[in-house]
Amino acid sequence: MKSITKNSARSWFSHFKDTLRYSLHCIVSPFDGFWDLTHEKRGSMAAANFLVIMTVLTTVWKYRYTSFVFIRIQWEYFNVILNICTFLLPFFIWVLSNWCLTTLFDGKGTLKDIYMGSAYALTPYILIQLPMIVFSNFITYEEGAFYNYFLSFSMIWCGFLFLASVMQVHDFSFGKALLSIISIIVGMLVIIFLLLLFFSLLSDAIAYFMSLYKEISFRFY
Amino acid sequence: MKKITLRLVPFFGLMLMMSLLIHSKTASAEEDLFYTYTYDYWGIERESPDAYAMNSVMLGSQLGVGDFNAPEGMFIKDNQIYICDTLNNRIVQFSYENDKYTFVREVKEVNNHGKTEALSKPYDVFVTDEGLWYIADYGNMRIVTIDSANEVKGAIYKPEDEETLEADYQFLPKKLVVDAAGRIFVQAENINKGFMEFESDGEFVGYIGAAEVQFDIIDYFYKLISTQEQREQMEAFVPTEYNNIALDADGFIYATLGTFDEGNYKSAQPIRRLNAKGTDILIRNGYYDPIGDVQVGSGGGYKGPSIFSDVTVLENDCYYCLDMTRGRIFGYDFQGNMLYAFGGIGYREGSFRYPVAIGNLGDSLFVLDKELGTITQMTLTEYGKLINDALNTYKVAKYDESADYWRKVLRLNGNYDLAYIGIGRSLLRQDKFEEAMEYFKLKLDYKSYSKAYKLYRKDWIEEHIAIIFTIFIIWLVYLFVRGRIRKFRREVQGE
Repeated sequence: MKSITKNSARSWFSHFKDTLRYSLHCIVSPFDGFWDLTHEKRGSMAAANFLVIMTVLTTVWKYRYTSFVFIRIQWEYFNVILNICTFLLPFFIWVLSNWCLTTLFDGKGTLKDIYMGSAYALTPYILIQLPMIVFSNFITYEEGAFYNYFLSFSMIWCGFLFLASVMQVHDFSFGKALLSIISIIVGMLVIIFLLLLFFSLLSDAIAYFMSLYKEISFRFY
Repeated sequence: MKKITLRLVPFFGLMLMMSLLIHSKTASAEEDLFYTYTYDYWGIERESPDAYAMNSVMLGSQLGVGDFNAPEGMFIKDNQIYICDTLNNRIVQFSYENDKYTFVREVKEVNNHGKTEALSKPYDVFVTDEGLWYIADYGNMRIVTIDSANEVKGAIYKPEDEETLEADYQFLPKKLVVDAAGRIFVQAENINKGFMEFESDGEFVGYIGAAEVQFDIIDYFYKLISTQEQREQMEAFVPTEYNNIALDADGFIYATLGTFDEGNYKSAQPIRRLNAKGTDILIRNGYYDPIGDVQVGSGGGYKGPSIFSDVTVLENDCYYCLDMTRGRIFGYDFQGNMLYAFGGIGYREGSFRYPVAIGNLGDSLFVLDKELGTITQMTLTEYGKLINDALNTYKVAKYDESADYWRKVLRLNGNYDLAYIGIGRSLLRQDKFEEAMEYFKLKLDYKSYSKAYKLYRKDWIEEHIAIIFTIFIIWLVYLFVRGRIRKFRREVQGE
């Protein structure tokens, strides 16, 4: 029994390692990569989660450990939670909006597939920006052109991978993928609007019941 | 119960006495009329010790010449102070020595070849080394030059220039300077092409330092689609216009802008240093450009960015700008770093109602107030002196001494960013890169830090080149051996 759990743990880990290593294949040959990722079950949720967590950590570490030559922060006003949310919230809304809309557009991907594809598309961000944090501490202001070039390069690469992931996960043509990305972004805005509306109404409702409670309590005491 | 109360009486008495002691101390601190501050990297105001202390406030009557009436201009040279008492139509000269003003001369009228002509609203005066007075005779619409016997030596009237000046244009000179070559630079009312330049014989040359017109594509678009009536209703386009002029020791013109786009005050460059061609050559290396207040909230009835009414340049190329909006004086060094700011609007000593002119003499700054008709004198404190010493020694390449002065400044003001950066710069010049980097990093001076780091990195690599090379070779050997072993294994397994 003991050996079996040990074995399964080992096999789980090796599976995780393989699927994670698959992200490296994905980013260099995205069209094959994203197809096989979902259709051939070459990716795993564990690896996807790991990539998302690493992206979050990269954004946080970027602010904390990048040389002050490139990023200067007033730490008194710095909010890590807010910082994490500015990445995570749009990401999850993207996944949700993607799922909602591509279902209407005859997309083949499930919510899980979309999440996995999007997470794997973040790989260049981690791969480039993480070393750049270290690198930034060894270069001067004049050499900042390299730094900025690599940062923009990673973002463009990620953007391209997002497009590829939409195409391959849903089996879309290029034009259809582009169209759906535009509608996904519109959908994201709608979701954000609805969220704001919901929370605004919720706070109004809470305020209403609070004042009701106060009125009653003043009445009786 | 009663016993306890009784026992507490001396205790409370003691407390009361102690509180009195403390209170008297804070009261004396409140009597300090000045509030001096600097801005840090983030544009946050940091309180600083006083760099200038109040010395005296003098009314015209206290100086024995009768109260001033809306004086507009002040000129200071070689211990002589010249006040343009505009609405009294006179210019008064004092000599200032050993903290005492002595009346020297009063000019109310000039002698134009036997004919006596009264001055009318003189706005400004400039005195050359030869003792000639150039007076901006605003009411008479001319610039008049007189010698020490009030004899007119020359006069400049409205130049004949149909291209730029309309027939009904009235020449109303307000501020002027005369450079070493005798050229006269005039700021006149309703001129927005820069300063008018005249040759020493009074011939009109042209305009210099025209403030560039900022082209706004959105405004242009609106003007394209709007009707004639709408266009007329639109806010009239306000061109940037100079409001004062001063000369530094090297003969460059320091100019202040009176009107500019207040929405973009951070890039308005309200203070400029013009060369002979009229190009702005002011160095702006500070955290912020010399714009006066960085944070411009509205409060106490004052709002909007600082608008400078005058500027004065010290021997060491530090310059002091006088802000009309909040009555403050901003000091900047030759690199454009803000040294400190002080002053304010009010009736207390060291505050102003309508400051119009600033000048320097020895260790003092003199400010002329138009509304109160007073001359306020402020004198450099020990703190201010240390800063000046540090700047001066750095300029003449005595970096050790400069760092020592900055350390003394730091002892008086731990929030003084320039001191940290100054120490860093001195350390950098002494090849102490690592320490210099530390000081630059503390105050987020990333450009200087980069300079120091570049040299530090070069040194480090030169020192460790042997180790780096060895590690590299070992790595190569390791790769080679590993490749060999793998190949060997494969061969063995293959067989």
